[in-house]
Amino acid sequence: MNIVVLIKQVPDTWSERKLSDGDKTLDRASSDAVLDEINERAVEEALKIKEAGGAEVTILTAGPDRATDAIRKALSMGADKAVHVNDDAIHGSDAIATAKVLAKAIGTVGDVDLVLAGNEATDGRSGAMAGMLGELLGWPSLTHANELTVENGTAKAKRETDEGTSDLEASLPAVVSVGEKINEPRYPSFKGIMAAKKKPVTTLGIADLGLDASEVGLAGSLVQVDSFAPRPPKSGGQKVEDEGDGGAKIAEFLVGQKLI
Amino acid sequence: MAEVLVLVDHVDGEIKKNTYEMLTAARRIGEPSAVVVGTPGTATKLAEGLAAHGAEKIYVAESDDTVNYLSTPQVDVLAALVERVSPPAVLIPAGADGREVAGRLAVRTNSGWLNDLVDIDGERAGTHSIFGGAFTVQSRATTDTAIVSWRSGSLEVEENAAAGTQETVEVPATDAAKSAKVSNRAPIVGGDRPELTEASVVVAGGRGVGSADNFNVVEGLADSLHAAVGASRAAVDSGYYPNQFQVGQTGKTVSPQLYIALGISGAIQHRAGMQTSKTIVAVNKDPEAPIFEIADFGIVGDLFSVAPQLTEEVGKRA
Repeated sequence: MNIVVLIKQVPDTWSERKLSDGDKTLDRASSDAVLDEINERAVEEALKIKEAGGAEVTILTAGPDRATDAIRKALSMGADKAVHVNDDAIHGSDAIATAKVLAKAIGTVGDVDLVLAGNEATDGRSGAMAGMLGELLGWPSLTHANELTVENGTAKAKRETDEGTSDLEASLPAVVSVGEKINEPRYPSFKGIMAAKKKPVTTLGIADLGLDASEVGLAGSLVQVDSFAPRPPKSGGQKVEDEGDGGAKIAEFLVGQKLI
Repeated sequence: MAEVLVLVDHVDGEIKKNTYEMLTAARRIGEPSAVVVGTPGTATKLAEGLAAHGAEKIYVAESDDTVNYLSTPQVDVLAALVERVSPPAVLIPAGADGREVAGRLAVRTNSGWLNDLVDIDGERAGTHSIFGGAFTVQSRATTDTAIVSWRSGSLEVEENAAAGTQETVEVPATDAAKSAKVSNRAPIVGGDRPELTEASVVVAGGRGVGSADNFNVVEGLADSLHAAVGASRAAVDSGYYPNQFQVGQTGKTVSPQLYIALGISGAIQHRAGMQTSKTIVAVNKDPEAPIFEIADFGIVGDLFSVAPQLTEEVGKRA
C-alpha cells in the first residue's frame, strides 16, 4: 500500500497571528510555526495502517524552507520519506491553487492508494482540501473520519461533523480527511528523531510538477484580496468586585443595555 | 436580472435559518434561485418558506441518491446549473458539508471560492472575518461565477415575497468509483437550546466551572436567557462539556448579541472565537484574567454565587 500524508505548518493558535501589509497574505514570520495538530493524527493513522499490513508512507507538504521542521517531525514519528514542494511562486496560492499543486505532487509519488489529510487546518480553515483533491484526482473523498479501516481495496470510515454522523465507504484510490477523535498521535522516540535525519526528502519546484507560475500563487488564484484591516481593539469596560450582589449588578447592566 | 443560486440548507423537511440569510444576501446581487437537493418530496415542504424569503425560482433536484452519496449529488446538480445559467454567485452554507460542496464546485467549475463570508455587496465584494475576528478581509472572485460559503448568523433575514416558481432538474447519475457511499446518516439534534452559531445569547463556561456536573450552573443561566451553551477549550479538554460546544480558534466562532463568560480566563485561543460578540460579560475569580480586557462588564468573583443570582434576577424579569 502506498500512502501519502498531507501536512501543513501553521501559525500556533496560542500565539497572535497577523497578515502582511504588502501582499495581504498570512505573515508567517510573526508567529510560532508548528505542525498542525490534526496532521499528526493523519500521520498516526497512516503509521497504524503500515504497522498492521505494511505500507510505504510519504509525507507531502507545500511551503517555504521552514516547513522542513514539520516534515522532520512527521518523519520522526515513523513516516518513510517526504516530498517538499518549495517554490516562491506558490506564495499566496488560494485553496484551489494549493489543491492543484498538491494533486500534481501526489502524481510524483507513483501509484498512490490512499491520501490522508487533516480535516481542517487551523489557519486557512477551508476544511475542504480532501474534497478538492478528490475532485482533481477523480477519486472519492471520505471526509471527517473518526474511524478508518482500509482493506481489500476499500476504505470505510465513520464520519462525524457538527451536523451529524454517518458511515462512508469507497473504493481505493481515495482521499481521506481525519477528524480530531480518530487517534492519539504518538510522540517521536529518540531513535525516531535520529532516524528521521537520514530519511529522503525530495524537494520539488512547480516546474518539476509541470505547472506554470501563472497557475499558482497570487497570479494563479481565482480570488483577489482587496484590503484588510485589523479589527479595532475592544477596550475593557467596567470591572467590579463581587460583594454578594454580583449577579444583580450584571442584571442591572443588562437591563441598561436592553438585553433583558 | 442575473440568477443567483442558493443551495438550500435543510434537515428533515425543515429549512435552516442560514438559507434565509443567503436568500437575503443573494437579492443584493441578482434574482435569487433556490436549489433544493434532496429525496423525492422535499421541495414541496420547503417551497413556501423559500418563496416568502425571495426565491423567484426553485430548482428541484430530487432523487434517493442524494442521501446515498457524500456531497457529489449537490456538486453535480450545482455544476450543471452553473453551466446553464452562468450565475454571478452561488451561495452555499459554510458548515462542514457545505464547504466540501463549495470547494469541489469551485474546482469543478474553475471558479473563485470566497470561503466563510460574513457579508457580500451587490458588486460581489465579500467580507471575511478571520483569525477569530482579529482581521476583516475584503476579497472578490476574478471569475464570472463566485462560489460563496456563507457563515451562519451574519445577516438579518429579510422577508420578501417572490414567485417561487418550481422547476425540476435532473440529478445526474453518481459515478460510484469517484464518490463515497453514505449510510446510517444521523443528524445531530440540538435539543431545546438554540444552535451555538445561530444564538443571539451565548453563556459559556471554562476551566473555572471545575467539573461536568457543575456545568448545570452554566446551563441554568443559559436557559433563563434562552441562550446557547458554549465551553472553552480548557473545559472541553478536561471533559466538562462535549467537543461540539467548544468556542475558540479550534472550535466554533460565535458573534452573538450577548456573550457571558463564566470562569473563562480568555486566552487568545478562546477570544478568537467570541471577541466579535456585541456585548461581553465576564465573571472570573482572577482580577487579572485577560477576559476582562475585552469585557464590557466584568465581575471579579465566584461564578457559583454570581451566576445563580443572575439566573434568579433574569427569572424575575421574564
